Amino acid sequence: MKLELRGITKRFGDLVANDHIDLVVEPGEIHALLGENGAGKSTLMNVLYGLLRPDEGEILVNDVPQTFRSPGDAISAGIGMVHQHFMLVPVFTVAENIMLGAEDTKLGVLDKKKASAHITEVSQTYGLPVDPEAVVETLPVGVQQRVEIVKALTREVDLLILDEPTAVLTPQETDELLEVLRGLKAAGKSIVLITHKLREVKAIADKITVIRRGKVVGTADPGESEDELAAMMVGRHVQLVVDKSAAEPGAPVLTVKDLSVVDDRGHRAVTDIDLEVRAGEVLGVAGVQGNGQTELIEAIMGLRPAVSGSVLLGGAELRGRTTRQVLDAGVGYVPEDRSTDGLVKEFTVAENLVLDLYKSEPFGSKLVYRPEAVARNAKDRIEEFDVRTQSADAPVGSLSGGNQQKVIVAREMSRPLKLLIASQPARGVDVGSIEFIHKRIIRERDQGGAVLLVSTELDEILALADRIAVMYRGEIIATLPAAGATSEKLGLLMAGVTGD
Amino acid sequence: MTDEAKPPAAEPERTVPPEKDVAPRPNRPFRIFIEELTTASTFMVTVLAVVLALLVGSILVIISNDSAREAWGYFFAAPLDAFEMSWYAVRDAYVALFQGAIYDPAKPSAWGSISETLTYAAPLTFTGLSVALAFRAGLFNIGAQGQAVFGAIFGVLAGFLLHLPPVLHMLVALVCALIGGALWGFIPGILKAKTGAHEVITTIMLNNIAGIFLIWLVVQKGFQNPERTDAISKSAEENARLPRLLGFLEGDLRVNLAIVLAVLAAAGVSWLLNRSTFGFELRAVGGNPDAAKTAGMNVAMTYALVMAVAGGLAGLGGASMSLGLLPFALTPGVIANIGFDGITVALLGRAKPWGVLAGALLMGGLQAGAVKMNAVGGVPTDMVYVLQALIVIFIAAPALIKTVFRLRDGKASRSTATLAKGW
Repeated sequence: MKLELRGITKRFGDLVANDHIDLVVEPGEIHALLGENGAGKSTLMNVLYGLLRPDEGEILVNDVPQTFRSPGDAISAGIGMVHQHFMLVPVFTVAENIMLGAEDTKLGVLDKKKASAHITEVSQTYGLPVDPEAVVETLPVGVQQRVEIVKALTREVDLLILDEPTAVLTPQETDELLEVLRGLKAAGKSIVLITHKLREVKAIADKITVIRRGKVVGTADPGESEDELAAMMVGRHVQLVVDKSAAEPGAPVLTVKDLSVVDDRGHRAVTDIDLEVRAGEVLGVAGVQGNGQTELIEAIMGLRPAVSGSVLLGGAELRGRTTRQVLDAGVGYVPEDRSTDGLVKEFTVAENLVLDLYKSEPFGSKLVYRPEAVARNAKDRIEEFDVRTQSADAPVGSLSGGNQQKVIVAREMSRPLKLLIASQPARGVDVGSIEFIHKRIIRERDQGGAVLLVSTELDEILALADRIAVMYRGEIIATLPAAGATSEKLGLLMAGVTGD
Repeated sequence: MTDEAKPPAAEPERTVPPEKDVAPRPNRPFRIFIEELTTASTFMVTVLAVVLALLVGSILVIISNDSAREAWGYFFAAPLDAFEMSWYAVRDAYVALFQGAIYDPAKPSAWGSISETLTYAAPLTFTGLSVALAFRAGLFNIGAQGQAVFGAIFGVLAGFLLHLPPVLHMLVALVCALIGGALWGFIPGILKAKTGAHEVITTIMLNNIAGIFLIWLVVQKGFQNPERTDAISKSAEENARLPRLLGFLEGDLRVNLAIVLAVLAAAGVSWLLNRSTFGFELRAVGGNPDAAKTAGMNVAMTYALVMAVAGGLAGLGGASMSLGLLPFALTPGVIANIGFDGITVALLGRAKPWGVLAGALLMGGLQAGAVKMNAVGGVPTDMVYVLQALIVIFIAAPALIKTVFRLRDGKASRSTATLAKGW
């Protein structure tokens, strides 16, 4: 299918989210739409998928102008979409989810057998194995995504839009997905891939369109270097590798001994972990999401009780302390999910900058809160950490992901720390902000702080860590100096292969 | 609550340049509701909701008016009659409403109507503040009614059981009312904090318990007025009663110290929300309890405390009825409906302290006007409750208001802030 967008413009009030965007996707082409968070990629795709009506411009499918009033129209025109956040009913089976919205019935009764057969057929044709009877919530994220793809394919679409498909995947799952996309391409499907990850784009795209601030700033082919693509996307030169000198580790700051933690369902998530982070070094905890990293960090922070073991900060026991006490002991914390745990969206940038400091001078005393001091602090922090916001009084939810993250980083680094715990500090953050945040983490280390970095992104671990601990199924299965580590070696360890 | 500009099949995330990485929280309609409620751009919606309610109300006035109804009966014989009669009915009713609420030339004192409006507004301010404060912490305090009942009880008990000098007695009685309401509010708060019991359920139940307890109490020996056989308690002593403010102008002006206290309470709540660490915690917990917890706040304790403070405010509202108005005693209906009306007031005031005061004045005006409306036009006083309900419905459905009046989408003004995003 050939798809053409001509002069698509979409405004939200005074904001022009899409400014006369032109885009051509040829049949059997994998077209990457590259741009930072908030560049307007998703708006464009929502226009294409019939979720939003464009203010100007037209959509042509096989050279025929189309008007999409709803996703239904888009689907019947042969366009399917896999959203970043899956649109699946967790308690339904795969078959039920795929039937949803296009139910086969026999005399008014759901015909699950027919649906299952259809699913099996589609999944075999395109090499996407799914079990129609499995309940969706029991499936790993990568498989859930596969269900979404199969769902689109059963609707017989010719063009598939994938919105940030790898954001939630492990490196292995990402590779599998790319393989699937190649297969779909071979079967003649067109694919639009929305992403801000340069490596994937280079690995798979036939053509790249870069969008910045709602406008197409250019097209590129995958031959361009990552640096060039990043520069196009951000609008200036970006340093992708962090400059850092060798670590000069001092005395141990954080010592975790035999720590065991259970998850929300009462299952053992962390088993007898030993960890040590020294002053002036970054310890990177690598691992696929869901191997106990979250529970480990929450236990250290006093957000989750530990079953056994001890957590010492400079010799003082942290286990059994409240989160307030842990923070007061000199621990800074960048939580892995900033929107859930790191920020109050309705609060202003200024308020979020003191979310865990509001009771300490000069922002407040035990009883009184001082908005004036908070405003002054906001002015300084916004400048120091280069937070791009309209004003200090704008709700933090109006900032881009990268700038939201900078608010958290600014808050946590604006007081003297013994230990900084940064969990997925670059998740969903644009390239420019990643660069900045990484530099600040290294500076914290160079000033003699201890840094515990948790990340599922190997690149991030390799860029920042001085020592790397790999977590697998709640245990640390290897600790190695960063100097000798390669992504292949770490990738295997993250998959649980210790291979001696 | 809903964003009507969005296409119906839209995904849960916002379509305005989104924070792409942000996983949508499990639906939290209540939080979204609060967010909508406290947005500044909703001022116009509030005003229009009142206007719309008055318009719809006028139809009800016509229906309830005998001569208008009659005229519509022979509409085809004399169509102008029907319109004329309807116009008279509506005009008379709303003129009476105005006179009852603001200024009535027929009253002996120019302050007569205002006095009534302020009298009705004072307790509503307290209960409105109670509901609003809980709102801001993400709690729905349906229990202001029960808390006000306990405030009224504690106030009157202190009023006739204790014997203290002037001023002091009143202060003590008010403090007792505050404590009574706070205790009754603390119960659902601590239940939520310790067990997660939903405050809506527990406060509704506690309302019933409080109401029935009051009915039982007023006929008990030692509490019931010995000179009466009906359900009424002894009266609070003179020293414990809230003094009338305009008694020097005209003996019948009922407005009393309660309205002054209500204004002070609004100022206090405003300070608490914006300039105290507790207010900061409260708002953080209301905005995102997970982030509040991660930032080291004690979410459970905040819930319990907020409910206690909210209860205390409602308790003062109860006392402003039982110690401020005749017969200065407890009866089964001593606090009327102020707890439930407080929910309306909090909605009208968009959960902001000064907004609540304004909302209470409006509500108080409607109630004062209803009396006059009934006397002059024969419009049932219940009409005011219908208007009140309509206002709530229109406020709760901003989409409807926006459509009816073709307002520009409020989101647009907010999304300008997103211009600053990106690089």
